[in-house]
Amino acid sequence: MSRFKLYQEEFHPSPLQHTWLEFKENHLAVGGLCCFMFFLFIILLCPIFAPFDPLMQKTDAILIPPAWEANGGIVNVFGTDALGRDLLSRVMYGCRMTFGISIILVLVAMFVGVTLGAVAGMSRGVRSSVMNHILDSMMAIPTLLIAIIIIAILGTGLINSMWAIALALIPQFIHQTRDFVRQERKKEYVMAAKLDGATPFQLVTRSILPNMGEILVVQGALALSISILDISALGFLNLGAQAPSPELGTMLSEGIEVAYIAPWSIALPGGAIFLMMLSINLVGDGLRSALRSRLIH
Amino acid sequence: MTDLINVENLTFVNRRKKARLFSSAKNFELGPINFSLKAGETLAIVGANGSGKSLLAKLLVGLEKPASGHISLNGDVLTKFNQRQRCFNVRMIFQNSNESLNPGITLGGILDEPLRLNTDLNLLQRAAKIEQTLQQVGLMPEHQFFYRHMLSDGQRQRVALARALILNPQVLVADEPFAALDPSVRSQIVNLLMNIQRDLGLGFIFISHNLGIVRHISDKIIVMKGGKIIEAGKTEVIFNWPKEEYTQKLVHTHQALINRQVT
Repeated sequence: MSRFKLYQEEFHPSPLQHTWLEFKENHLAVGGLCCFMFFLFIILLCPIFAPFDPLMQKTDAILIPPAWEANGGIVNVFGTDALGRDLLSRVMYGCRMTFGISIILVLVAMFVGVTLGAVAGMSRGVRSSVMNHILDSMMAIPTLLIAIIIIAILGTGLINSMWAIALALIPQFIHQTRDFVRQERKKEYVMAAKLDGATPFQLVTRSILPNMGEILVVQGALALSISILDISALGFLNLGAQAPSPELGTMLSEGIEVAYIAPWSIALPGGAIFLMMLSINLVGDGLRSALRSRLIH
Repeated sequence: MTDLINVENLTFVNRRKKARLFSSAKNFELGPINFSLKAGETLAIVGANGSGKSLLAKLLVGLEKPASGHISLNGDVLTKFNQRQRCFNVRMIFQNSNESLNPGITLGGILDEPLRLNTDLNLLQRAAKIEQTLQQVGLMPEHQFFYRHMLSDGQRQRVALARALILNPQVLVADEPFAALDPSVRSQIVNLLMNIQRDLGLGFIFISHNLGIVRHISDKIIVMKGGKIIEAGKTEVIFNWPKEEYTQKLVHTHQALINRQVT
């Protein structure tokens, strides 16, 4: 067989490379990605880089201001809190707890939600509509409220709040996936795949899922920011992570007591939450438009 | 010589339309339909919108289940138990080639799917087959890395054709394959199809509104109206001596159009 290449210099990017080529056109999103990578870096490597143990209390160094204040010291760069714990280490471990747990929760919720949603989308009749209506009625309630209800049943604690948030996030993924699968199932390319002899499972994984990236990114970014806010809100309300553990919401509620003497003890964890949310939304938005324009240009 | 595909008393009733508050129950009934096709022959299905042409195509490839009657391929009756044989031998080209290609995967991936599901070829053999088929329909091997949105309409139609041909089918069913194309591309695709048919000895069943193309490439014609076959026969016979009134009208409008173009 004759094999010739007409355009020697032509290069065919993989879907991932293609998305990156589109993504890096959006400078704001690249900035967000840098911030996101910075947080990922921290949550992976905080045992190495954190200067102190986040739970270690130094009674002789209580409420030391951050290094940039006139009477701050370089030993505790972000200062210390009311119990003499180093705030920099606590914020780093707090990012690990809040952000890391959120990422895991969203991945779990996405996997479960997409699986159930695909099943619901491919099935017909009573089974599909029962699933649809029960879950849609759950979506009318805010996730934080669902999480509080679940915690009221299970009891407080970080593990219980993780369960609660994961369960509260799943219906949204199911709803989005189900809608998308139902809408795509009628299109001719799925019919063509069916004529190739594809089973329903192969139809979903091979034909429909490659087109779902945009929806998953939008919903994933939304779910990630919801879950960060919910974990810290539950921590703040003393329903989630409990007092000594370095969780950003818990740190905020502890810092409230000394807010007038030591404003940095709430400003720094709050700023970390703000930066996380900002970077997630920038990356999510940029990724969505990159995925969309990948299939236009 | 035995018939390649043989359709006997095929009927279909669309029961999904139930009586609603403001509309009465109206079942669309198709058939009974009988026809047969030999290898290398071309059969054209013509008729008005809503006369069941596309439904017949869907029945032939197995997207819809017939109420009664059967379709046999080389003498074997096709049922749901030999679906694989049908996937392999009866391939469909959809009306809208744009819709029938998956936007999220490359053309190589689209063409790989039927091979992966229906043959035992390994990765390298499949890649070779994909390149060969792309060249067969007048595309280049590089096109396998392209996505749907990078191609023109004519190229998409070629990909749809490649997808149908890649399994070396015996019968090709096409639902208005030329409708969305401009005249020059249309004639390219028609010639391409005729060449491929001559080379491979395909049975080709196609639906078209363009009687010029029908007269040009088909051996037999079926005229459908309201779900029934009202006239069937050899192309030249039907164009020269149409019996039914509906067919006469069709042919006369076509002749009038040609005459106007000539003068």
